[in-house]
Amino acid sequence: MTAPVIIFFVLAALAVLASVSLILQRHPIHSALSLIVVMVALAGLYLLMGAEFVAAVQIIVYGGAVMVLFVFVIMLLNAGDEERTNFSKLATFGGIPLALALGGIIAAAIVRSSGHLPPPAASGAMSSTKQLSMLLFSEFVYPFELTSFLILVAILGAIVLAQREN
Amino acid sequence: MSEFLAKYAFLIIPIIKVVILVFAVLTIDAYLTWLERKVIAHIQARWGPHRVGPHGLLQPLADGIKFILKEDPMPSGVDKIGYFLAPFLTLTLAITSLSVIPFGPDIKAFGYVTNFGIADVNVSLLVLFAITALGVYGVALAGWASNNKYSLLGGLRSSAQMISYELALTLSVVGVLLIAGDLSLKHIVEHQDNGSLGLLGWNLFGFAKDGEGFTQIIGFICFFIAAIAETNRVPFDLPEAESELVAGFHTEYASMKFAMFFIGEYTSMIAVSCLATILFFGGWLSPFPASWTLTHYLPSVILIPFGLWVIFDGIRYETIFGRILLPGVGTVLTAMGAALFLSPAANDLIQGPFWFFAKVFVFLFFYIWMRGTLPRFRYDQLMDFGWKILLPVSIANVVLTSAFLLWRMH
Repeated sequence: MTAPVIIFFVLAALAVLASVSLILQRHPIHSALSLIVVMVALAGLYLLMGAEFVAAVQIIVYGGAVMVLFVFVIMLLNAGDEERTNFSKLATFGGIPLALALGGIIAAAIVRSSGHLPPPAASGAMSSTKQLSMLLFSEFVYPFELTSFLILVAILGAIVLAQREN
Repeated sequence: MSEFLAKYAFLIIPIIKVVILVFAVLTIDAYLTWLERKVIAHIQARWGPHRVGPHGLLQPLADGIKFILKEDPMPSGVDKIGYFLAPFLTLTLAITSLSVIPFGPDIKAFGYVTNFGIADVNVSLLVLFAITALGVYGVALAGWASNNKYSLLGGLRSSAQMISYELALTLSVVGVLLIAGDLSLKHIVEHQDNGSLGLLGWNLFGFAKDGEGFTQIIGFICFFIAAIAETNRVPFDLPEAESELVAGFHTEYASMKFAMFFIGEYTSMIAVSCLATILFFGGWLSPFPASWTLTHYLPSVILIPFGLWVIFDGIRYETIFGRILLPGVGTVLTAMGAALFLSPAANDLIQGPFWFFAKVFVFLFFYIWMRGTLPRFRYDQLMDFGWKILLPVSIANVVLTSAFLLWRMH
């Protein structure tokens, strides 16, 4: 195994373990911390693919800004341990078959495609920040602007909700 | 053997650099505390530390021994993971942030060319911001995990403050990025190199070589204010406001864990000063035009008189230990100055780092000076200032800079 493959498996295992821990932790803060580990591991995977810009932005936006807000809100509400419920009927009869089906589909896809996997996209073609921004502001300018409009609407909504009491 | 070295040089050289950097940073942190206590003491007409060693120079060592030997009690009801993770996170992230900073131009030694820093990443500025963005967890976790309401208040204040000022910090840098057209800190410095005009080429003044420059004074002021808030220093030290919150987020920490927060804070101060130097003050570039070769002797001109003064001061010192140590240090400094004067090769090598660290020192002194001068903000003033003044001004700077650059292009 070459070094990148080993690093890939370490990061992937870290991401999966942290995701499992995110669900199993009883305290919301511990769940949030696990999610941060997932985000950072994903950033590492992006870095492995040669996308430095995306990796850095992943940590700044998801690992930093978004998760700080999560942690901040959990701390502000001083949320305690969660109550553990036993398996509900919905989870037993709906959830488990669905999860098994999804796992089966993914496993089948991996088994069928192994052997003739397409080579990873040539790194460097998309990784440069300049090329990325060129694409973002030429080919994908309408989706990009629409997204910013969407975020603006969300901000306005938050302000309206906060102002309602007065 | 040499084959092995050549094959693994990419691994060995960074490891050596990391060891040197960590050692140097921890030493500088220790003496920064000494400098801070001395400077603030003199601002307040006191002497500051002067018992341990001549002029209190061994005080950091005594502090370090005390931190290691102190009992480390853990309060009851703490969240163990968060409580232990927080100081490690703060210290590790603070030191990691220094890894992408170029301290000088490339070094050419023994046939190797290597960058004067640990990693030369092409998005180094973003990497730095990413590490800073994670740094808030150390403080927030410490506050929450300590099971103490003062700590929790400190942690909450810190999270809110860091979220608010991170926006202004990032936006104030956009002007520099527009001018340089690159996210690499090394290229940002190289772009400020205007051979004939010297310091006017820096982003602060904005007379770049290719004419694509615009003064970033507004950007610098916004950046520096936001950076002080990000490092939780006076006048933005609300997370540890001792008159209201005992000691804020680190109330429940003692011994080495407390020291780790402390070292983390000082290391972030160094990182932020390095960043301000690189982005606005030309990094390792000399403030003088390239044709003024006489200014290359400035390190010697500073070192030799300073060394002589230390010798002169040392021979009259009260204690025998001081009378031995101080002249010794002075002799070493004078000898270093003389060696630089006599060896042009060494002198050329030292130029970049000399200017870099001289500028960083000015910022660090400024930090300390402010702590000795300014009172603390009130919490609502802090939020008002961040959102209603700093953020609009840094956005205005982005618009102004882009408009000017667009006008120059046409």
